[in-house]
Amino acid sequence: MSSAIQTQAAAAGIGDIAERVFAGERLSREDGVRLYGADLHAVGALANWVRERKHGDLTYFNVNQHVNYTNVCNKLCRFCAFQRLPGQEGAYVMKPEEVAEKIRAQLDEPVTEVHMVAGIYPKLPYEYYLDILRAVKEVRPGIHIKAFTMIELMQIARRAKKPLAEVLPELVEAGLGSCPGGGAEVFADRVRDEGYDKKNTGDEWIDTARTVHQAGLHSNCTMLHGHIETVEERVDHLDRLRLLQDETGGFQTYIPLSFHPDNTEWSHLPGPTALEELREIAVSRLLLDNIPHIKAYWIMLSIPVAQMALAYGADDVDGTVVEEKIYHEAGATTPQKVLRAELVQWIRDAGRIPVERDTIYNVLWSADEALAPVGETAPVSRV
Amino acid sequence: MIEVASATEAAQGPHETPSGRRPQEWRSPLASASKNDEVVARIAGKVEDDQRISAEEALHLHDHADLLTLGRLADIVRRRKHPENRVTYIVDRNINPTNVCLTDCGFCAFYRSPGDPEAYVLSRTEIYDKVSELARLGGRQVLMQGGHHPRILSEWWGELISDLRERFPDVNSHALSAPELDHFAQYEKRPIEEVIRDLKAAGLGSVPGAGAEMLVERVRKIIAPKKTTTDRWLDVHRKIHEGGLRSSATMMFGHVETAAERVEHFQRVRDLQDETGGFTAFISWTCQPDGVPEEQDYPEKATPAVYLRVQALSRIFLDNVDNIQTSYVTQGMKMGQMSLQFGANDFGGTMLEENVVSAAGCFHLSSVQTVEHLIQSAGFTPRQRNSWYGLVDERHDEPVFPANREDAAPGVRA
Repeated sequence: MSSAIQTQAAAAGIGDIAERVFAGERLSREDGVRLYGADLHAVGALANWVRERKHGDLTYFNVNQHVNYTNVCNKLCRFCAFQRLPGQEGAYVMKPEEVAEKIRAQLDEPVTEVHMVAGIYPKLPYEYYLDILRAVKEVRPGIHIKAFTMIELMQIARRAKKPLAEVLPELVEAGLGSCPGGGAEVFADRVRDEGYDKKNTGDEWIDTARTVHQAGLHSNCTMLHGHIETVEERVDHLDRLRLLQDETGGFQTYIPLSFHPDNTEWSHLPGPTALEELREIAVSRLLLDNIPHIKAYWIMLSIPVAQMALAYGADDVDGTVVEEKIYHEAGATTPQKVLRAELVQWIRDAGRIPVERDTIYNVLWSADEALAPVGETAPVSRV
Repeated sequence: MIEVASATEAAQGPHETPSGRRPQEWRSPLASASKNDEVVARIAGKVEDDQRISAEEALHLHDHADLLTLGRLADIVRRRKHPENRVTYIVDRNINPTNVCLTDCGFCAFYRSPGDPEAYVLSRTEIYDKVSELARLGGRQVLMQGGHHPRILSEWWGELISDLRERFPDVNSHALSAPELDHFAQYEKRPIEEVIRDLKAAGLGSVPGAGAEMLVERVRKIIAPKKTTTDRWLDVHRKIHEGGLRSSATMMFGHVETAAERVEHFQRVRDLQDETGGFTAFISWTCQPDGVPEEQDYPEKATPAVYLRVQALSRIFLDNVDNIQTSYVTQGMKMGQMSLQFGANDFGGTMLEENVVSAAGCFHLSSVQTVEHLIQSAGFTPRQRNSWYGLVDERHDEPVFPANREDAAPGVRA
């Protein structure tokens, strides 16, 4: 069948890229730019080939809940509909007890992960971050806390007045299990200067992620696409992630995040369409040869696109996601909570095998125990 | 209670559903398996060589090909038929003059029985206002369908259509459906040919393919026992075409039908099209069972990937139907755009109003701007069309064909 894909790729003018993919060679930046311009059927088929080589039909999800502990933020990013200034209507900061209450409310649900991210509110003391981690663990000791994006970690270290490398073990001690991949946006300085100049630079993001990995923590990585960035800037971003991964091997999953324009300063931009989202999945699967998983984050993509993404390179769909705030402020219309059964259903309808994982990809439930045994780590083949 | 069709091989085992209703009978094949399926490869070769495939071959693709293969083949057929790289849509409005209906279909959330407090018949003024609004926006078509009302028959419809034609000559009445026309013929005790002739004389310009549901008697007896039979539905369309009008064909799937019955539906449409050439387009959509009268008798809603599989297969199998229209009203705009990669070359109408589907709880707003952006972003040129798939926007110099109903009559195009 790779010969059929080869023929299709050749017709689309990317036959040489297909040969490199089949030979397991790394694609260049130039290849990446060409993939953004080639026929989507051909790019998708090639990405799917890589996906099936790495994961077969296995498709991962988890049962998780989100807690956005504050929406107060001083970064004023133009793509964001979630942020509020201190004192602004709708601004909130959750007390540690309130965070605990969110966890308590889901105690009857089979939740294995809490995803905890928020705005940058400089008045929060270092102790606050430790307290919310402890509050979660106190209510639900077995839950995995995936918390704090790179810019939050930089802020936490600033408040702790010591290097991040020294802060991380204390956060782990308080309950931190791994770090999410959000907030990477697009690394290119041009885009940052225009859209989120108060945020960390691309280099700072990479340095922080390196420190996280060196502390023995896994993390994910993302790119916010579909606003003012160019194709070259996207490829640059993916290449920088790939280089850090060569160095640390700490990234588990890459998640392309779609810019949602509603209620942001960039509301005049249309945002990416479904086919652009599928291409983003496919190109990232092809370029990020050293990152195990590509996630189709359904809450942002919508179920139809996430389901199709499973044929364009994605092998993960995120989780059941209780309490999602950030994207809903920007007009995402997906339901707040999708039953586990519904995820299983649409993964199956995409011709894939649903596998429930925990945050660090241990198999918790499997529709095919021979291929993905419960209790073991998700199998990933090298390509 | 609905009788369930014999279960297909449940390759992936039983599981719970979100609604607690039973799961869909049909299970998608594992995607990676189709790569090693030699029969899929052989059938794919036939499609690539522009050969017609049989029902048996279509069923094999349905049950064994992965999504990407179906999409690739559908795209080959679509580009062969439409090498000009455009996607059409029509500025239209949907009006349902009445929701009174006698057919009591258990999958329909829109209808009300005669005498029901929520039953309505729109006044002429209301209808004129709606069409007038559409005409001001440059609309080309008003899609009008109602229930099977016991007293609103061909005379009432003929007057309405004739008045609209006089007032808004640029707006075509794309109206009624085979079951409604059949309903008139029965209640008026006269041949269907006469009903069609009179309505055409009044100004009816084309007929939508609604009410086809599944053109398989076993299925119709379960989901729409009081509605026009399969043979009659097809015969009314034959008479529509013989009477000099074009129509579309549709399919509603994802309820009690088997995979083989989906293909049988395609086959019935293809056979009639071989005979008359009168179908302009084929449109399929999934049953939307949440909140319908007999909800508990229907399975869990089919998911989008299944919709795309079936749409792609329709493009591959219906080699004699020019256009495949996507149903973004039931599937959403994102799905509408993705379907352009899976065989669809037409985005359908801008649908200023859609009561039937929105009553079933899924209404997707659209506008010309959004539709054009989605089409362009998919790599196609958006073009506005009329009811007969002629191009009507004036931004382009290319010839416009067919420009009107006379040019569009079946037989003329051959």
